[in-house]
Amino acid sequence: MVSVQAPPRRAGLLLRVLPPGLYAGRARTLVERSVMVYRGNWLIFLSGAAEPFLYLLAFQLGFGTLVSEVAGPDGRPMSYVAFVAPALLATSAMNGAVFESTYNLFFKLRYAKLYDAMLATPIGPLDVALGEIGWAITRGGLYAVAFLAIAAAMGLLASWWALLMVPAALLVGLAFSAIGMALVTFVRSTAQFDYIQLALTPMFLFATTFFPLSVYPEPLQWVVRCLPLYHAIELMRGLATGLLSGSMLINLAYLLVLGGVGLWASTRRIAKLLLT
Amino acid sequence: MTTVESTGRVVGKWHGAWLRVEGYWTWYRRHWVSTLYSTGLQPVLFLAAMGLGFGSQVRPGSVTGGLSYLHYIAPALLAAGAAQQAVGESSYPVLSGFKWQKDYLAVTATPVSPGQVFGGHLIWSAMRLTLAGAIYAFVALFFGAWTGPGVLLVILAGTVTGLACITPMAALAARTSDEGQRFGLIFRFVVMPMTLFSGTFFPITQLPAAIRWLAWLSPLWHGTQLARGVSIGGVGGWAMLGHFAVLAALFAAGWALAHRAFYRRLVV
Repeated sequence: MVSVQAPPRRAGLLLRVLPPGLYAGRARTLVERSVMVYRGNWLIFLSGAAEPFLYLLAFQLGFGTLVSEVAGPDGRPMSYVAFVAPALLATSAMNGAVFESTYNLFFKLRYAKLYDAMLATPIGPLDVALGEIGWAITRGGLYAVAFLAIAAAMGLLASWWALLMVPAALLVGLAFSAIGMALVTFVRSTAQFDYIQLALTPMFLFATTFFPLSVYPEPLQWVVRCLPLYHAIELMRGLATGLLSGSMLINLAYLLVLGGVGLWASTRRIAKLLLT
Repeated sequence: MTTVESTGRVVGKWHGAWLRVEGYWTWYRRHWVSTLYSTGLQPVLFLAAMGLGFGSQVRPGSVTGGLSYLHYIAPALLAAGAAQQAVGESSYPVLSGFKWQKDYLAVTATPVSPGQVFGGHLIWSAMRLTLAGAIYAFVALFFGAWTGPGVLLVILAGTVTGLACITPMAALAARTSDEGQRFGLIFRFVVMPMTLFSGTFFPITQLPAAIRWLAWLSPLWHGTQLARGVSIGGVGGWAMLGHFAVLAALFAAGWALAHRAFYRRLVV
């Protein structure tokens, strides 16, 4: 006799407001699957925590001796390594989320046909989107904690506000993984992965990660201010230095809107790709 | 009983490899736009950000040999870009040829041999590396990144650096049977640290003596020295020869391993 699990009894708000079939309240099963996949590959999983550490080391040893001080968020000079550290955390949260929600998702979507199989069961596209994003930000959150511990040990954090960098990293992860997931559904072949790098690397290089915004001429400053990573970095840098300002609310709102739009778009795209 | 005479020609030693190159070219003609990033654009972006942006904060000093930071990193970024491109092109794409797209298997069902499949990959990669180097060198010209006519040799130094990375990576990819999880580790623990600590952005004398030998092992450090030597000088003739010899040895060792791995995997 085969026992079949009944759908969850307690229908939440999402279940009532969304069109039927979009959401079944089983997003956590996708997270569970990811945990099982990585159970045998914990080395790969942990290696993500080492990467920002290597960057910090490079800045401590090399770049920091080329440039000792730069203008901080309040215009006063601060040590270069402390300037870069929060930006590296924002970047690593972005990279981790995008990697999980693009390259990995692409293989599951196109080659492994994982979601075709899943959607044949009582699981909806929103479950898939929520589950994958949930996993991506869990991973990002663990890396953020590791990074923060290393940065604190190196004496790069100036305030207790820095503890808020962990939830901030989760938000950054949510925003980027949701948008990345929506966009990767348009990718047709692995050669187009170059486009992902084409979006990430310029942001990594130019969104005030390595040098302050004041380096740019005025019109370019406005272009940089439109980049999502810029807002993530501003948020992190404000928290790491404890120099809070009202503009950080704008950074926060930008990331929240990005995450919301991404979640909506990725659900729509998965439903369109796989259910029609 | 009648004997049937074969009408097919068995392809020549080089011809088979060139047929592969033609195949890549047919693909490239349709998809070149999507590969612009890895073909020259990536090092250009790094040059703009680090050379101009970060460089604006750097005072020319003893660390950069009295040069502006832009001049200091321009040749090294070409070598670093070539190394990254080389590893990228020989990891997942090679595994895919065996495993996902299986075009290597398809091709070896024709008179093209596994060795020629690998040779085609090498020739094509060398052409792509040179193209990427040339595009980078040309764009960097407008940044004012070059101090002399050594530029043309820098392009060559980039190609040599890339080739020294291609063969070991392709050998590893040809021996990979899982989904290529180890490539992620290679990018993280070999390529990334290599880019950061091989004298690209700052001289390796900044590193503690205990870990400096790690930089000596990396092909990129030798490539960087070669590229700097031909463009801004400061590296002796014998030292240049030594750097070139290391890269050539890496290429040869990787070639032998990859060649054998291709035969093992493709000959049934």
